[in-house]
Amino acid sequence: MMGFGPVVAEMDEPVFHGGWEARVLANVIATQAIGWWSGDASRFARESLNPGYYLTHSYYEIWLAALENILRAQNLVADDEITAGHALREARKPERVFEAANVTSALRRGWPSERETNTSAQFSVGQKVRAKNMHPTTHTRLPRYARGRVGVVEAIRGCHVFPDANAHGRGPDPQWVYNVRFTARELWGPDADPRNSVTVDAFEPYLEPA
Amino acid sequence: MPHDHDHDHEHGHGHDHDHEFSELSDVALRVRALETVLAEKGLIDPAALDVIVDTYETRVGPRNGARVVARAWSDSAFKARLLEDGAKAIAELDYGGRGGEHIAVVENTADTHNMVVCTLCSCYPWPVLGLPPVWYKSAPYRSRAVIDPRGVLADFGVTLPEETQIRVWDSTSEMRYLVLPARPEGTDGWSEERLAELVTRDSMIGVGLPLKPGASA
Repeated sequence: MMGFGPVVAEMDEPVFHGGWEARVLANVIATQAIGWWSGDASRFARESLNPGYYLTHSYYEIWLAALENILRAQNLVADDEITAGHALREARKPERVFEAANVTSALRRGWPSERETNTSAQFSVGQKVRAKNMHPTTHTRLPRYARGRVGVVEAIRGCHVFPDANAHGRGPDPQWVYNVRFTARELWGPDADPRNSVTVDAFEPYLEPA
Repeated sequence: MPHDHDHDHEHGHGHDHDHEFSELSDVALRVRALETVLAEKGLIDPAALDVIVDTYETRVGPRNGARVVARAWSDSAFKARLLEDGAKAIAELDYGGRGGEHIAVVENTADTHNMVVCTLCSCYPWPVLGLPPVWYKSAPYRSRAVIDPRGVLADFGVTLPEETQIRVWDSTSEMRYLVLPARPEGTDGWSEERLAELVTRDSMIGVGLPLKPGASA
């Protein structure tokens, strides 16, 4: 999608534009840390918002709307409770809550996506590959502009949790990830600068030999 | 930008009847309501949320990345490790974790300029740059960085030589990117602390260049 105009940077931008933004971020991190849904599911919830809403609301409004949708779908919070500002019924209890004493070490450790594997990578560095022409309605991390285009594998990133499966509760289903470089001309046509390129990290199921 | 933190009514210090910013107030109230419900149901610990907020407001930000860059400028062995495995080398400075479990560092050279974007959402190397600015997450940047990087650089007041190739890195997996800008001339013998003062956040995203000696941040 194009036509959004220039990139406008805010001078002396604060980390959060008001305390509510900070609380949205923290609520998203803390509820996700329970382990009932993944970060990939959260991303899918955001990108599944109505496009009109997505394009006209701020980042943390998008995060809030997506979190509410997840909480509704998980039967954890209902609209009347948000309206009331209080819990009106019980929700299932997590095995563990993200506790203050554990936050710093958990954030420092993070949630690495790389996984051990006994499979071998299907593609090799230097190989030409084509990004598949695919348009799933479920979550995917293959950008539209790369679909159907030919690039070259520049690096192998290891085997990582596959967002396309993990976002939908189908488990980590680890897949090899390749750093694939596309020339600007391959992506955008003959008017593009012949020197420039765009590189994406593509999961193996996104690629086929070219 | 639509939100001005001066008008945040979240804590309701007697400003609840200011209708000029009622939309923002509604959002803040809604977030407070949601958090209350989650806490009452035992799904969150509000004190944990305070720690999360404090982490990203005061402890994790672009000064971390600046220290990484300054070390790479000062220590060629560290730079080699950094380019080999970004996250592993960055951990030597005790930075890492959420939003940066896997980090690749890409080096600007005499003929190559690197620029980082996440066209699909907002992926950004949190442990070294903190949370992304609004423009990084905005439709203009996400849509144009890949197709018109020179135009985007112009929006930031940056003009590169015609012959410079621009490599755009779209953060589509959990691999996050940090740009290693070129060390400014005239900084021979500078300490890491002094060098770090020249490293701007934007230069580590690739939409800016480091400050020159004598310029103030």
